Amino acid sequence: MSAETLISALYVFALAAFLGYLVISRVPPLLHTPLMSATNAISGISLVGSIVTAGADYNTVSTILGFTAVFCSATNVVGGFVITDRMLRMFKRKPAGQKAEGKKQ
Amino acid sequence: MPPLLSSSETTVRTYFIELSYLLASILFILGLKGLSHPETAKRGMHLAEFGMLMAIVGTLMHLEIITYTWIILGLVLGSLVGLAMGLWVPMTAMPQRTALSHAFGAFAAALVGISEFYRHGGHVDKVTMGAIGFEVMLGALTTTGSLLAFAKLQGLVRGTPLTYKGQNIFNMALLATTIGIFVYLIIVPGSLPLFFAMAGLAFLFGILLVMPIGAADMPVVMSLLNSYAGLASAATGFVLSNKVLIIAGTLDGFSGFILSVLMCRAMNRSMTNVLFGAFGSAAISGKAGEQQGEMREVGLDDIAVQLAYANKVVFVPGYGMATAQAQHAVRELADTLEKRGVTVKYGIHPVAGRMPGHMNVLLAEANVPYSSLYELEQINPEFPTTDVAVVIGANDVVNPDARDNPGSPIAGMPILEVDRAKSVVVLKRGQGKGFSGLENPLFFKDVTGMLYGDAKETLTRLVQAVQQA
Repeated sequence: MSAETLISALYVFALAAFLGYLVISRVPPLLHTPLMSATNAISGISLVGSIVTAGADYNTVSTILGFTAVFCSATNVVGGFVITDRMLRMFKRKPAGQKAEGKKQ
Repeated sequence: MPPLLSSSETTVRTYFIELSYLLASILFILGLKGLSHPETAKRGMHLAEFGMLMAIVGTLMHLEIITYTWIILGLVLGSLVGLAMGLWVPMTAMPQRTALSHAFGAFAAALVGISEFYRHGGHVDKVTMGAIGFEVMLGALTTTGSLLAFAKLQGLVRGTPLTYKGQNIFNMALLATTIGIFVYLIIVPGSLPLFFAMAGLAFLFGILLVMPIGAADMPVVMSLLNSYAGLASAATGFVLSNKVLIIAGTLDGFSGFILSVLMCRAMNRSMTNVLFGAFGSAAISGKAGEQQGEMREVGLDDIAVQLAYANKVVFVPGYGMATAQAQHAVRELADTLEKRGVTVKYGIHPVAGRMPGHMNVLLAEANVPYSSLYELEQINPEFPTTDVAVVIGANDVVNPDARDNPGSPIAGMPILEVDRAKSVVVLKRGQGKGFSGLENPLFFKDVTGMLYGDAKETLTRLVQAVQQA
């Protein structure tokens, strides 16, 4: 890896960290469990690395490791998003019919 | 790689892949931004899902890919397992599922790292070696640590902390050895046996790290493992020079980090104390021996009358509600009370349950509107005007010792001040102490009445009794 590649990668890392801090500190405790499963699904993006390892045919060991990694990440991506959706669908506002007591969280 | 493609097609493909990654990165961030409110969260997640799809489609165009057999097989099998887990895992098992997915994510990162090292025969430049080292170490220790956390949460292994003499020193020595090998590999590259030794030690360290941590501290551990899993992904991004991986991994890593800081703050403890303090072990519980009077057991019908004629009732759920699967019964009781004109609210402590936000999800599953769920700071001022506070399987988060007794092991931990309510009812399985082994003075106060038994059954009987009151 060249110095330039490393530096630009570090830039991306630092900015993503900063942005992540800003975005995630605004998530209310109410949604902390969905947040965890959502970030989990998103970090399943390591799938893209695993896909190349599994398909590039470097050697048998790499292919086996790559295949296992694809399996693991795909489980996380699909499972993570499905479960996050399922959870978020459960969070409902108070039905309109009832008395409008209680402000939102 | 055979040069089957013309150079212009190569360029087009590269652009397509990189742009799909850029789009995915933007959509991920928008998706997480949506989580700042329940109303926008669903749409946000759909954006993130679309981003993921784009990134995967883009990757399939990658020039280095020769065969698709293993990719498709892995994708299909993984998706099926993920779908099955996603659809059928009950909400009460959410902490276990999350622990398992941390293990999967971290394992995938570790494997990609090992493969990268292996295919170059260990001859990688210093910077790449540094990135691979981080990736494999974080990935490996998160894998085994999360698996152990899973086993503890699932009840396969006892949840109590496992400690022995010299544990911290041994763990530190092991960690130092692992890092030592890592540094050596950066300076003198190329040794496969040493590399595998490093990976093996990191796998071992994950187990040792989680072993001494009690089930009550799981919210912090879960967040921390979340953070490590994310950082392992980010390290993968450095190894492969893949920016979307760096971004997504860093977001995940920081999310876990922020959550663990919040959880620690909610317990007034430092991270080191959680990781190395073995809280809830015998050493602490022996201390609070003295007793302050009698616990007063109350009749179900008395409580039903109290509830039925109250103006305001606040429910305070804890992990006991999850184990008893009592969330639907709570909701039923709340409905019955609301029909009688009683104002019902829920007070949620940040570390109630086994993962951040655990109680909120369970109550949402039982159709409790999120507008009735109140955070600690919001609900505490309301307790003096609360007629009945109903504590359901919670203990430490309502322990007044945290506020009143500076000598208590949990001194300074913010609590839900249910003891300020006019009357308190505690639903508890038996007369034993809570998980941490601490005595809870709340149970001995004059305002407190104890209702023993299975929370779900008690609540169901309360519903009937209130209807007749």
